[in-house]
This record gives sequence, C-alpha cells and structure tokens, in this order.
Amino acid sequence: MSRPRIATVWLDGCSGCHMSFLDLDERLLDIFERADLVYSPIVDVKEFPEDVDVCLVEGAVSSEEDLHRIRMVRERSKTIVAFGDCAVTSNVPGMRNPIGVPPLLDRAYRENVSLNPQVPTQVVPRLLPTSQPVHRFVDVDVFLPGCPPHADLIHTLLDDLLAGRVPDVSGSRFGR
Amino acid sequence: MSEMPAAGRPLRRRVITEEVHEGPARATAYVCEAASCLSAQSHDVTVRLGERAAEAGLTDVAVKRVGCIGLCAAGPLVEIAETGQLFERVRPDDVEPVVGALKRVKPGDARRPQGPFFEKQVRVATENFGRVDPESLDDYLAAGGYEALRRVLSEMTSTEVRDGITGSGLRGRGGAGYPTGLKWTTVAKAQGAQKYVICNADEGDPGAFMDRSVLESDPYRILEGMAIAAFAVHATEGYIYCRAEYPLAVARLRTAIRLAQRAGYLGAGIMDTSFTFDVQIRLGAGAFVCGEETALIASVEGRRGTPRPRPPYPAVQGLWDCPTLINNVETFASVPAIVRRGPGWYAAIGAGKSRGTKVFALAGRVVNTGLVEVPMGMALREIIFDIGGGIIDGRPFKAVQTGGPSGGCIPAEHLDKPVTYESLIELGSFMGSGGMIVMDDTSCMVDVAKYFQDFCRDESCGKCTPCRVGTTQLWMLLDLITRGEATLADLAQLERLAGIVQRMSLCGLGQGAPNPIFSTLRYFRDEYLAHIVEKRCPAGVCAISQPAEVMA
Amino acid sequence: MTTVYTLTIDGRDVAGSEGQTVMEVAEENGIAIPGLCHLEGVHDRGACRLCMVEIAGSPKLAAACMTTIAEGMEVTAHSEQLLEYRRAVTEMMFMERNHVCAVCVANNHCELQDTAAALGLTHFDLPRISPKVDIDASHRLFAIDHNRCILCLRCVRVCDEIEGAHTWDIMHRGLETRVQTDMGIPWGESTTCTSCGKCVQVCPTGALFEKGRPVAGGSKTKRPFLPWLKVVQEERGL
Repeated sequence: MSRPRIATVWLDGCSGCHMSFLDLDERLLDIFERADLVYSPIVDVKEFPEDVDVCLVEGAVSSEEDLHRIRMVRERSKTIVAFGDCAVTSNVPGMRNPIGVPPLLDRAYRENVSLNPQVPTQVVPRLLPTSQPVHRFVDVDVFLPGCPPHADLIHTLLDDLLAGRVPDVSGSRFGR
Repeated sequence: MSEMPAAGRPLRRRVITEEVHEGPARATAYVCEAASCLSAQSHDVTVRLGERAAEAGLTDVAVKRVGCIGLCAAGPLVEIAETGQLFERVRPDDVEPVVGALKRVKPGDARRPQGPFFEKQVRVATENFGRVDPESLDDYLAAGGYEALRRVLSEMTSTEVRDGITGSGLRGRGGAGYPTGLKWTTVAKAQGAQKYVICNADEGDPGAFMDRSVLESDPYRILEGMAIAAFAVHATEGYIYCRAEYPLAVARLRTAIRLAQRAGYLGAGIMDTSFTFDVQIRLGAGAFVCGEETALIASVEGRRGTPRPRPPYPAVQGLWDCPTLINNVETFASVPAIVRRGPGWYAAIGAGKSRGTKVFALAGRVVNTGLVEVPMGMALREIIFDIGGGIIDGRPFKAVQTGGPSGGCIPAEHLDKPVTYESLIELGSFMGSGGMIVMDDTSCMVDVAKYFQDFCRDESCGKCTPCRVGTTQLWMLLDLITRGEATLADLAQLERLAGIVQRMSLCGLGQGAPNPIFSTLRYFRDEYLAHIVEKRCPAGVCAISQPAEVMA
Repeated sequence: MTTVYTLTIDGRDVAGSEGQTVMEVAEENGIAIPGLCHLEGVHDRGACRLCMVEIAGSPKLAAACMTTIAEGMEVTAHSEQLLEYRRAVTEMMFMERNHVCAVCVANNHCELQDTAAALGLTHFDLPRISPKVDIDASHRLFAIDHNRCILCLRCVRVCDEIEGAHTWDIMHRGLETRVQTDMGIPWGESTTCTSCGKCVQVCPTGALFEKGRPVAGGSKTKRPFLPWLKVVQEERGL
C-alpha cells in the first residue's frame, strides 16, 4: 500500500490551529515517517491534489472562495477532519452572523476609514451571508474542537487515523 | 372590532317581552347576541326587530337576546322559538321576513326539524344556548338553572356529589381527559384548611371558541357548576381565569356574578344554607401557556405565568400552596346537567371510556362554521359532513386538525373513526379543548405544521431550554423545508429533535408542540418528500425558489 | 426524627432523608448528574432540563433537582438515551445565542463548556439561531453579555434569596426572554443593586463578569459559598 497522503487547508481562521499543529514539534517527524504531507499552507504546493487520505480543515466557511475550496477538498479527500473551533462551530468568524454582510462591510470599509472609503469588489472573494461551520456544506468525518486543539490531541488523532483506528477525540473541548 | 361592545360598556339596552306587549307572548324571536353574530350587528337586529314589531302593531310577540345559536357561519341568526324557523344573515335594515314570520305563528304550532346541523347534536353543556338571555338570572332560573345546586345543598352530601360525578364518567374537557370525579375526590381528601376552585377559561388554541361561547351564552351555568364543585371539595373561594381578549365573556361573567351575589347564589349562606362560596375573575394577559394549570396558578397569584414541574399537583398543592381544583369551562358547564338529570343519564351517552358529550368549534374549510355539541363516539365524518355540511365549494377533504397546537391532523382514511379521547390519541392527535379545523386540498400539510410550530415558539414562556430553543429550531427546519432548501438529513434532524422536545420539555406546551409534526409526518410524509426531493409544494402553497448555486 | 429512604440510582443502593432530592442524594454518593440551573443554596426550578432522569414506573422523565426521593425508587441517571437528550439540550444552549469560547472571559472555567466536554459533545447539528443580543456594561464593576446567558436564573435567585436585593428579574418570553435589572433599566442606574457581586460569582458562563478581566481571565470561585452564607444568615437570625 502506498504511503498515506495528508493535507491541511486554511479557510476562515486565524492559523492558530496550524500553529498548534506545528507544536507537535519532533512528533511531526514521527508522523511523516509514516505519511506524506501533500498540501498545506506551510508547504509550497499550489494545487490541492487528488487522492488525499486525511485532510485537516482549519477555519469556517465564510466566502464563495471558501465554499469552492471545501467542496473541492471534499471531492478529493477520503477523510475530512473539522480542525478547531472555527471549522467546527464557525467560532470567531461567526460573530458577524447576527450583523449581516452589508452593515459589516460598511463598518469595516466605510465608517472606520477616512481616506477613500470603499467596499472592495475586486480580487477578494464575495462573503457568504453567514459564516458557517464546515459540516453545513460538506460531510465531515471527524470533529476536533478546541481553540486551538492541543498538539497532543492532534497527535493522537493523526496517530489513530494512520493506524486505521477510529480516532479518539475525548479530552477535546470547545475553547482552550 | 368596533361593533363589539367593550368590556364595561353595558349591553343592557334590553328589548324584551315587556316593552312590546303585556302577558305571555304568542311568538318569540330569538336573536343571537354571542360574539360572532354581535360582530355582524345582531344587536341592531334585536333593536330594529322590536321597533318594527311595535310599528306593525304586534302586541303579543317578544324579541329576545339569546346566546350562541351555533351556526356562526350564517350569522346574524334569528330563530322563531315556536316553529324553529331560522333566519340567516339577517341585516338590521331587512327584518321584515322575521316580522312576517312572527305574525304567522299560531298557538299549537310545532317546531319543525331544522336540518342535520341541529338535529344531530346532543346538547348538554350548551343546552341553554340560543334559548336563554345570557345576562338574565331570571331567564336562567326559568330554564332550570340552580335546580342542581339546590338539590346538592338540600339533599346531598359532598361524597354523594363526588360519587355522582365519578359515576357519570365525566372527564376533563380541557383536553387531557383526566377523570373529573377522581380529581374532585383528590382535592376533597387533600389536607388543607383552605381550598380553591378555579375555572380555566384561558382558551387559546387557534380556531377554538367553545369556552368563549359558553361564557357568553350561559355564564350562570359556570357559576353553578363551580359552586357544586366547591361544595363537593369543601372550597369557599373560586377564581375564573379568563383571557382578556374575551371582553364580552368577561362583561357577561361580571354581570352574572353581581346578580348571583345579589340573589344569594354566591357569597355567604347560599340559598339560605350554611354553604359559602364566592367567585372572582382574573384576567389573563395574553399568554397561551397560562392555560397550563401551574402557570395559571402563578398568574392568579400575581407572579410571572410560567409552569413548574409536577408533582406536586395543584389538587394537593395549588393556589397559594392550598389544594386547588382546576377544571375547564366546559367541564363545569356539564356538571349542573349531570346533577339534575343523574349520572346514569350522562353515562349512557358516549362510547368506550369517553362518556357524555363534547363541544366542538368547527372552523376552516367547512360549510357550517360554528359551535356544535355531539355525543362522544360520533364519527368524524358525521361531524364534518352531516353537521358541518361538508367542504366549502365541494372541494376534496384533506385533513381535520384537532387538539390545537398539541394536536394533530387526521386524514380522510380515518374519517369513520369515532371521536373519543382514546381514538384520537391512537390516530396521533388529541381531543384538546375541542377545536376542529377542517382542511381541503388547498392546504399544504408542511405549511400547517409550520404554522402550529410558529404558534408554539411564539407562545413558549422561555423557562425550559427544550421548549424555548427547540420549538424555534423545529420551526427553522420546517421553514427550510417549505423554502425547498432542506435535505433528507434535515428531515431526519426534524424527527429526532421533535422527539427530544417532546420528552424533555417541562410542561404540556413543549411536550405537545411536536405533535403536529409527528402527525403530518405520519400521514403526509409524501408532501414533506415532495418539498425536499422534488422541490415542489403539492398544494401550491409554499413559495419554493428554484435551486440557486449558493446557499443563501 | 427524619425518615430515611433507600433507593437505587443507576443500580446502586443509596439512602437519603425524606425531602431530599434525587440530585442531592446522587451528589452525596458521587454520582454526577449534569445541571446548570441547579445551585446549592437557592431554590431549584427544574428549567435547564439537563438533570432529567428516568424513574421506574413513570413514562415521563423527571428533573432530578425537583424530584424528592421515595422509598424503593429506582432511578436511571445515565443511559444512552439520556446522554443523547442531554447533548441535545446542551447543544440548544450553545445554538440559542452567540457563544464564542475563544473570546469569552469564562473560557476554560465555564460550566457550559465543562458540560459539553463531559457529555462528549464535539460539534453542533441543530440550527443556530444567531440573534442580535445586547451587552450592558453600565455598571461600575460588572457587565452582562446577554450573548452568553443561558437563562439559568441563578443571578435572579441569588439576588433575591441570599442578597435580598431582588435587582435581577426576568422580562419578555420565549426566545426574547432576558434577565433584567430593576424594571429593565441599565444595570448602572439600578437603585437596588448593592454591587455585592454574588450574581457574577454564581453565573455558570461568561454572561456576568467583572470588568477588566481578560479573555479566559474570569475569577469565579470554585467553592460553593452560598451554603456558608446561609448558615451565617440563620445564625444571625436574618
């Protein structure tokens, strides 16, 4: 059997979960003895590849770009892990939900800007009406809450998945 | 409704017998002055009819205000007492046909059959409807009023009264059908120096108006029923908890209480015995949940109207922690007849464990919208098609909703099932207080479920989590379905959540809130699936937008 | 003389005095039943519905905090079904308003968070309501963020039953229900609030907090202090 292919993606989040992932430190070496990291914000691959075995998804789905990417990720991955509170609950990105998009953009790009206030329409993707957790759009196989999830929990999760076990996420919790 | 007399403004511009003639009347016109007909100017009909009769020189006829005649859809209603001739949609400026009929009445005229709407009914709680003037104590007495209380006070012990009610098989008419005699016995045996009797008149089910009609048409009857109950359970004080949205009922109750007090039927030493019992009115402020007995008690006590877990039941620990008997309006209205005519007579009516009669408010897409009283066990088809006259415009019958927001929708295939507490529960519905909303093929059953869920989430008091949050989440899922945006996973979620709200909620409001969902899923799952899978509403009610790429 | 009853909870033989609740007896015997409106020292109200248990012979579930024990009672406090129900109720609490642990003063010492963790709740499937909810920071020392309030009403009860000020009460109904100070005026303008801070101490979430505390920097005491206050009150005849 070929080596398992691991990917990580970063949607609407703060990258804190990826930082926690890096906090695996030397245990990363142990993980990548057994698997390959085929796509991640922290490696230099531009295209999300086909045939990914495990994908850790950080961040909520907030924009059309996020939605496009998570659908592609779902198509190309066997197992998706909602990785951290933003992916699991929408967390901080979801704080805008009661406000609505137009007042939000006005606040950020008009009311608080003194020089040439305008809402950007070029290059940046359009926001969805609300920011939602990943499982509102695609099926999620494993939920790992935490803001961020502790490195030990990430290690256990990957260790279990690589060994073909149902991952043990007990000990995880919302927040820190 | 500007035509409705406001509470407190007297309705006592009396146009009755004495003003038109001397001595007994040869002919009498009964004009319905319950809320429905009143709102269509029936009081003006009464006045105009009196004037026209006098102008026509009819000195031996009477025009009398009466309570609900029942056929509300055709109001204002006028009935000729002697012949039973019924005039529908009588306008104040066109009373001549009635005057003509009054002229033609001859001594010895017999009442003619009035058609199935009236002939198929059996009137017990509503026996005085359309016959007595709701505000006249004399009229109530002339119709046999207070005979039952007189017998109770002069001939019976409290045990005999309770045994009589138990023997009649009467069960709570507010919906749950708890045996009334058992409840009375529990209160009677409960320890406590002070006990209370409460009449629950906080009728709030959409489409239900049984209690309102009883209060408007025969208020003394409630006072008599409560007094008998008070005697049976050793209570001295009573409360009628009536919703403030019923100004006419409240006004008539106030009049009845005042006149009954003055005539010695309420207060200290009733009917020259040592029995003391008085009644006060408490007005609800528009919260549906206050029909739940523990919330009702909290509201009477002046606290926030929210329920508490039972036990302890109010029968043991109720108003101000004293043993309290709470019965519904219709239950109390049945009591005087049972005492007067005997428990055996009452128990002989009905079917199975549901004895006696039940009042229903027929509403929705049925020809004869109105108030009917039928023996328990009558088939739904008989009520809707024979009495109700079938569906408007002859459209196909689709379902009948009984039991209000805690009830369910019963489809055509069960139209021949008898109406009893047990059979309705078996069908996934509920007797409830007696609302019957008839629906034809223009109703979308998912939309109906959504309507009732919207009602429940709006009326949730907010005390317990499953009802406060869960009813809104159920509504959100139903909304998703009616907008054509739901998946089969949402449907599964709806069913799961409905079960949790039912099991975990604190009171009947939350526990019953999922019932419309359960029953529509049971009989009309195909309609849910049409919305979800085919993205269409079979009844054409829901506006389903064509699928857009982005979920919005 | 107190009557002692014996009963079983989750198959274990336990004993308690007449008048004790199932919740109290379970606690004494180290059987944890979740509950967020329950608070030792104030009256129970059976509202959060987390402590619902099965009682043999009754088709309905009962709130352990409001059910007094009886001889021979057989209580099931933990089952697969109860776990599912409790998870759902906890989920409802998270979905009702806007709980964002990451930016909450109570992060990591929040009873709602603890409950979710204890029940193994890893995500939410029920619809999120996302209402727009206010914050009242008008008080000199404290603030209330209604986004985090689960309507346990511990603040209302402690203010009324222990402090005797009755500053807190409830207004509106259903989803609109809010705790309020005095007759709905800003907390800072309350003439009855004694600024004792008991409401802040008993709040299970970060809804009530001391001003100036950072995220995850709440300062609530872990020790139940109300029973002690009650003893002192009784001794002084208050």
